[in-house]
Amino acid sequence: MPLNTSPRHTILQLQELRKYFPVTHGLLRKERAEVKAVDDISFSIMRGETLGLVGESGCGKTTVGRCILRQYRPTGGRILFDKEDITHLPPKKLRKIRRRMTLIFQDPYGSLNPRMSAGNIVGEPLRIHKMCTTRGEYRDRIEQLFRMVGLDSGMINRFPHEFSGGQRQRIGVARALACEPCLIVCDEPISALDVSIQAQIINLLEDLKEKVEGLSYLFIAHDLSVVRHVSDRIAVMYLGRIVEMTDSQTLYENPLHPYTRALLSAIPIADPFIEENRETILLKGEVPSPLNPPRGCPFHPRCFMAAPECSRLTPELREIDYGHHVACLRV
Amino acid sequence: MPNILTVENLSTHFKTEAGVVKAVDDVSFHIGEKEIVGIVGESGCGKSVSLLSVLQLVKAPGEIVGGEILFGGKDLLQYPVNGREMRSIRGGRISMIFQEPMTSLNPVLTIGRQLGEMLRLHLGMTEKEARKRSVELLNMVGVPGAGARLDDYPHQFSGGMCQRVMIAMAISCSPEILFADEPTTALDVTTQAQLLKLMKDMVAELGMSLVLVTHNLGLVARYAQRIYVMYAGRIVESGSTREIFKNPRHPYTVGLLRSIPRLDAVKGEKLLPIEGLPPNLIDMPNTCAFLPRCTHRIKECHKNPRPPLFQADGQHFYRCYLEEKCH
Repeated sequence: MPLNTSPRHTILQLQELRKYFPVTHGLLRKERAEVKAVDDISFSIMRGETLGLVGESGCGKTTVGRCILRQYRPTGGRILFDKEDITHLPPKKLRKIRRRMTLIFQDPYGSLNPRMSAGNIVGEPLRIHKMCTTRGEYRDRIEQLFRMVGLDSGMINRFPHEFSGGQRQRIGVARALACEPCLIVCDEPISALDVSIQAQIINLLEDLKEKVEGLSYLFIAHDLSVVRHVSDRIAVMYLGRIVEMTDSQTLYENPLHPYTRALLSAIPIADPFIEENRETILLKGEVPSPLNPPRGCPFHPRCFMAAPECSRLTPELREIDYGHHVACLRV
Repeated sequence: MPNILTVENLSTHFKTEAGVVKAVDDVSFHIGEKEIVGIVGESGCGKSVSLLSVLQLVKAPGEIVGGEILFGGKDLLQYPVNGREMRSIRGGRISMIFQEPMTSLNPVLTIGRQLGEMLRLHLGMTEKEARKRSVELLNMVGVPGAGARLDDYPHQFSGGMCQRVMIAMAISCSPEILFADEPTTALDVTTQAQLLKLMKDMVAELGMSLVLVTHNLGLVARYAQRIYVMYAGRIVESGSTREIFKNPRHPYTVGLLRSIPRLDAVKGEKLLPIEGLPPNLIDMPNTCAFLPRCTHRIKECHKNPRPPLFQADGQHFYRCYLEEKCH
């Protein structure tokens, strides 16, 4: 049950996470302003759950992922991983955490070292974390990982350029799985792949969840139909904030935040008969610059439901229904 | 609906060191007046090269090796690539929008200069007239503060705004056909919805035809009246949008439809991916290009050369030996 909120099942918890990037100018790099890439984000991921994080480019979803992996040092808030506060963990201690929390990248071309064989790429985490004691054990584990992601173990000695895009992404998945992590952050794992290959990787990620007990995903993507397919719960982000969070069925059937409603209606469904009767909500204008976000609700200049108070008050994320959180004054 | 563009048996090959790549292989299609036509396929299936061939914009080592492109009663392939006729057609009577709005604009020239260039070259306007018309065009495509933004450079515009400028440019000479090659792939979904609505309105307002090239089946379902499905340089299925989505006949079309996650899908439904990879287009065998990935193949597929065009009914055609529907 994805909505189980008992703390012993929580693998990851974010509390009011903030990440501000300084904007500097001049020779002395004087700070001129700051970009609030992530502003006050709280959510948790249960063991075995997939949380989808969706939003348009620049909304801060990747920054959230990087803060969780502590590639960025958060400006504020707390990150609890398996009940341990990792917000300010020093680099030495982080290494231990990173064994249990890994990443799948968007670009299957740029994320694999072209000079390393596929086997060495997959085995690198095993070597770094000294997971295998003998050479034989190391080889067996790599072969096992190759089979797990649907690659032929005869391909271990090949180099990345000998693989197709989909196969490269499988190598990336195998590398992420190598140290038996309990959380994998998937940052746009399929958006660089061909349409007919995307489904292969989605199915692989889903199959792995069945094979590896207790594996959780944070699935970051811009495509809501993909996110809805793989996620148990979805958080929708806009300009550094979560505007709506609920289970993926409710999000589609009963979206409450006007941005979610517009986002859903903007995505065409591959069925002309459904499309004929669908209403589309066209938003005004474009996403404002995070350098100079609007006052009050960040969405109000484009909102079709905006009231005068929306430009003054910043809405908090409230629980409207059981497990259904919305940040809107008008809901 | 009379056809304004008819392409017959077009073949465009790229001669590489490894062999001949048949990027477009015996492709025929037609575009009706005021029609929105979708060309769907994965990357490398030849959908962009088909459109570039119509405008004779294929660069070496690519070469149009055969076919006819009938537009306005003339075969465009009879005109020299850089002749006066082709130049007046490109941008004037058929214009094109590309995928990357940021890289399709010249970064060192102002938007006004680039928009004005079209108007001065094709319509013979003076500098002053072109400027006035440019403001009108930018207003039409919804660029706020058009007058002031003419002197801005492309980097001062967002991706969505750049694409609006591209649309303004494309419609500036009231073309008869607009080619849009993955016009919104690089943009966010809400911007995508805005821009496609804009293009659809422009088609209705100016009486143009629109060819929408995309890999996104949702987009063609929403906007196109007719669809061509391309695979490995060939058109494998064509017909009205409703017909193709209701009764897809080619296993590739069926596979595509089943492999994409749908927003309205029931939770827990598995996707059925198409196994294998799109083929390498060098030295393809003369059998059906989809054969190695096809789960419905029959004996005839291995024996016979690539399937001819079969008629399902009316305007619905497909290239497959299967006699029954593959469900």
